[in-house]
Amino acid sequence: MLFARPDTLTQAIALRAQGMRVLSGGTDLYPGASAELSGDVLDLTAIPALRDMTQGPDGLRIGACTTWSDLVEADLPPALTALQQAALQVGGRQVQNAGTIGGNLCNASPAADGVPPLLVLDAVVELTGPTGARSLPLDQFIIGPRRTALAQGEILTAITLPHSALTGRSAFVKLGARAHLVISIAMVAVRISLEKGHISHCALAVGSCGPVACRLPRLEAAILGLTLSQALEQITPTALDALSPIDDIRATAAYRREAAAELLRRAVTEAA
Amino acid sequence: MITFTLNGQPVTTDSAPTRRLSEVLREDLGLKGTKVGCDAGDCGSCTVLVDGRALCACLTPAARIAGAHVETVERETPELTRLRTAFLRHGAAQCGICTPGMLMAAVDLLRRNPTPSEAEASEALGGVLCRCTGYRKIIAAVCDTTDSAAITTGGVGTALQRIDGAAKVAGDLFGADVVPDGALTLKAIRSPHHHAAFTFGDLTAYAQRPGVAGVFTAADIPGLNRFGVIPPFADQPAIAPSPARFRGECVALVAFEPGVTPDLSDFPIHWQERPAQMIPAEAETSSHLIHDNRPGNRLTEGRVVKGDAAAALATSAHIVEGEITTAFVEHAYIEPEAGSAWMEGDVLNIRACTQAPVMDRDDTATILALPHDRVRIRPSAVGGGFGSKLDVSLQPLLGLVALKTGRPVRMTYTRQESMASTTKRHPAEIRGRIGCDATGRITAVAFEGRFDTGAYASWGPTVANRVPVHASGPYLTPHVHARARAIHTNGPVSGAFRGFGVPQAAIWQETLFDQLADKAGIDRLEFRILNALTDGDLSATGQVMQATGIRECLEALRPHWYRALAEAQGKPGRGVGLASCWYGCGNTSLPNPSTIRIGITPSGQIVLHQGATDIGQGSNTVIPQIAAQALGLPVELFHLIGPDTFLTPDAGKTSASRQTYVSGRAAHDTARALRSQILRLANASDAATLSLANGTLTVTEGTTRRDIALASQPIGEDGYVLLAEETYDPPTAPLDANGQGKPYAVYGYGAQLVELHVDRALGTVKLLKITAAHDVGRAINPQLAEGQIEGGIAQGIGLALMEEYLPGRTENLHDYLIPTTGDVPPIQSILLEIPDPEGPFGAKGLGEHVLIPTAPAILNAIRHATGAKITRLPALPHRIRAAILGAKP
Repeated sequence: MLFARPDTLTQAIALRAQGMRVLSGGTDLYPGASAELSGDVLDLTAIPALRDMTQGPDGLRIGACTTWSDLVEADLPPALTALQQAALQVGGRQVQNAGTIGGNLCNASPAADGVPPLLVLDAVVELTGPTGARSLPLDQFIIGPRRTALAQGEILTAITLPHSALTGRSAFVKLGARAHLVISIAMVAVRISLEKGHISHCALAVGSCGPVACRLPRLEAAILGLTLSQALEQITPTALDALSPIDDIRATAAYRREAAAELLRRAVTEAA
Repeated sequence: MITFTLNGQPVTTDSAPTRRLSEVLREDLGLKGTKVGCDAGDCGSCTVLVDGRALCACLTPAARIAGAHVETVERETPELTRLRTAFLRHGAAQCGICTPGMLMAAVDLLRRNPTPSEAEASEALGGVLCRCTGYRKIIAAVCDTTDSAAITTGGVGTALQRIDGAAKVAGDLFGADVVPDGALTLKAIRSPHHHAAFTFGDLTAYAQRPGVAGVFTAADIPGLNRFGVIPPFADQPAIAPSPARFRGECVALVAFEPGVTPDLSDFPIHWQERPAQMIPAEAETSSHLIHDNRPGNRLTEGRVVKGDAAAALATSAHIVEGEITTAFVEHAYIEPEAGSAWMEGDVLNIRACTQAPVMDRDDTATILALPHDRVRIRPSAVGGGFGSKLDVSLQPLLGLVALKTGRPVRMTYTRQESMASTTKRHPAEIRGRIGCDATGRITAVAFEGRFDTGAYASWGPTVANRVPVHASGPYLTPHVHARARAIHTNGPVSGAFRGFGVPQAAIWQETLFDQLADKAGIDRLEFRILNALTDGDLSATGQVMQATGIRECLEALRPHWYRALAEAQGKPGRGVGLASCWYGCGNTSLPNPSTIRIGITPSGQIVLHQGATDIGQGSNTVIPQIAAQALGLPVELFHLIGPDTFLTPDAGKTSASRQTYVSGRAAHDTARALRSQILRLANASDAATLSLANGTLTVTEGTTRRDIALASQPIGEDGYVLLAEETYDPPTAPLDANGQGKPYAVYGYGAQLVELHVDRALGTVKLLKITAAHDVGRAINPQLAEGQIEGGIAQGIGLALMEEYLPGRTENLHDYLIPTTGDVPPIQSILLEIPDPEGPFGAKGLGEHVLIPTAPAILNAIRHATGAKITRLPALPHRIRAAILGAKP
């Protein structure tokens, strides 16, 4: 079994091409493992370029190995408040200090806390392979429960948030059956801008209510231009046609749909 | 090679790069203070600091600590010293398994924020689970920045710090933490199905693989392959022959050479899944018998019949009828089962976590065909038990392999293995009716309970017998018809869990009481006070009650009740609820003795042979306090031995809330006997006072003083110059066919008041405050009593709001939810002391009582807030929301 912890992306890409398994924070890889990880492991956490946040021509670029705690402690615009709120609810502080935003996306859990806040930020993922980098909108990257569009030999290297998405205010609300360390029953992220009391821009996303977290484009369009109170009236369970919640141990599908609408109303109110 | 700094010292290890840091610390470097509870980042017990940041050591690859500074609970810093003292002073460590993780998470917080608020501490510790304390004392300790000292001396009634506390805050040695040199690593093959036949492939070839020291199956068991906590019902194999009757059942063992990473992936076994019986109602009428000798899959039935309940209900002014369904509940102690075994001469030594060393010895000896004097059980520190560590788990497995190979052997269950293979709280389906007359006096209770006892008997008979006795609650009930039956399924084995079925019964009875009080038009508290049992009343079993403290508990809540109701008035979503408990201490109508021995050495050491296992509840402190008070010498002069089946007489099991009462009474009687011996030597009366210093025992009575030079006294066989040993067995009487008799000698009582807020739109509950009044007879150690109350309440919160074990689905601590720091509200304990003449200094049991009222009080408060009647637990948000929608406005 091989282990590598390179400090440049070039080295990492070369090693990844050999089929090594990627290790980032470890918070999803270690559960279920024995005393050590199996297979050949490529640890990405020593590459400085993967753990910085920079403003570039395309927007705010967040290195894939940025931890939840890095996000919490960074000085970020209100559009990213939802992401920071989510970061504070990923496990306990121990997990927030280790877990990374890129790992959260690659793990592709339907209940991944990072996804709804990134969806409302129009996040684009940067995938780097032997032939270079390509970009994919986040909603095209996560294609199913535990399934991503990551091609063989590729590494998710960064998440870019376009300038246009760094405006407005955001909020994240997570619903679970206990206070800490909870896998959500449902969660929502919203980012909105108001002009003269009317919604001038809005992005709504819901997680844990379908195989993948998703935006609600129809509802977003419906509430554009409305006042806050008018908008809240529009956010009803029946308006959430994009969701496909299921019955499971945590809740029923009907409850989830209803709760998602309530959470959206609260998040919109909080962000307004 | 990985070089890093460990607690200030440079260290080098050749650990594999992706090895978990927890393994590096514990196995490669021998630092056992960091505990492993889940290997998944769910429990936080392995929290360490890496370059000042808290991390789960179980999720951290070794390579990542190269060049870093790792700090563990073994570190000595002024802030850790202060925290340890604060933990002891506040009683923040019970079993101690989560304590290292809590301490390190607290260090992380205090370095960022030296004076945290309660909310900040709660948030910072949210990643560490504790199953014993209910968190409140931990949060208080972390926020307490003073340097005051804990109480280290004092008799009965003193909030003495735990006598075994220093070890707890240093990282105590639990089942997995002492490994004999050269120990084999033992792993179990377990059934992946609820019910399945199996055949083995070539085990001989498998056993000859490199690294494999041996393979063991049911065929290797030399004795009777059958254990059980109640001998007439013993039915559970240590290693099952085909078929396996539940998911998680052990069917074979593989012993690996030390240093080999166990890999069971291609163990030669072929499974043939069979239809499983998972629903008790179906199992009752099924032709598929889990055990051939138990028709209708009925393990047993308990009943209590007093008067004519049906007739009394027919003429009652008010009647309520209802049903309640509860789930399997997992004990979720943070220490998965662990231990080791080795031979000393021809004596098999087993060091493991347990609540019942003598029962372990007896079951293991039977399975291994050994006489009792060839099995020595040496309990480790126990990282939580709550009932599940009463049954043997890995003891016979370790014993078998040590005996067969002659080599030392170790075994540690994974979290999944612990959850899948050990016992659960019985799921209950309860229905029935309760009536009262026009003045609100209870007339009758009719109770019918079906309990899913799972694949084997375990404590099913105890649940079936205990429940009907307690079903009418601590209230005067002239007519009772209560029946509880334990039904086998292919579910996990249901056994003992804090309350033996009584919490489930109380959920039914106490929620119906609220509805009945409403019908009678009487305040819910006053309704309970009106009906509370008082001295001289007859219980449901016809027992004449004495030292009955329920009325006092309810009356103690009265000011809080009316204050809480007034505060909730007019606030949407706010609710106030109440529930009571009573609970008989010790076995139900069965012998239940404890024996305690105290000796004094020629050099003047008082040695207390204390066989009661301290699983966190505090018997290592309470029993010495009782003994010291009864003897008349200070507790700090006592040296504790045990538990150890070769060194301590049988103090029974740590269950049924019996140790303070039964073993405490034995300690009391032993100490009194020893005192009498001393007084005789000095020709003094009981009015004399004793002192002991420099090997001289001084007896002073008035102006007369007599010195006894202990070294000049004749030395007995045990090496003691003075020795006493006494046994106490509660005076109970058998129950007749109608359940009439005296099942318990002592009962404890309690009542709890819950204030909460229900988010009506989401069905979520925010607990605001719980006020708990408990009659403990005599608070031997008020701080430990409070610790029991807070911890029991936390488990009651879990039972009410979130805990549901589903075999195959919630076998981890992220799908199976237990309360975290943020889920337990401030708790105000009110200790009442209605002394019982049987208890030592009047003391009654408390450990289980504390859990019983919490869940029904929460449900009653939810109904008060919203009108919602919850009939299925746990009351998850979607269930509460559905009940709100279904409630009449």
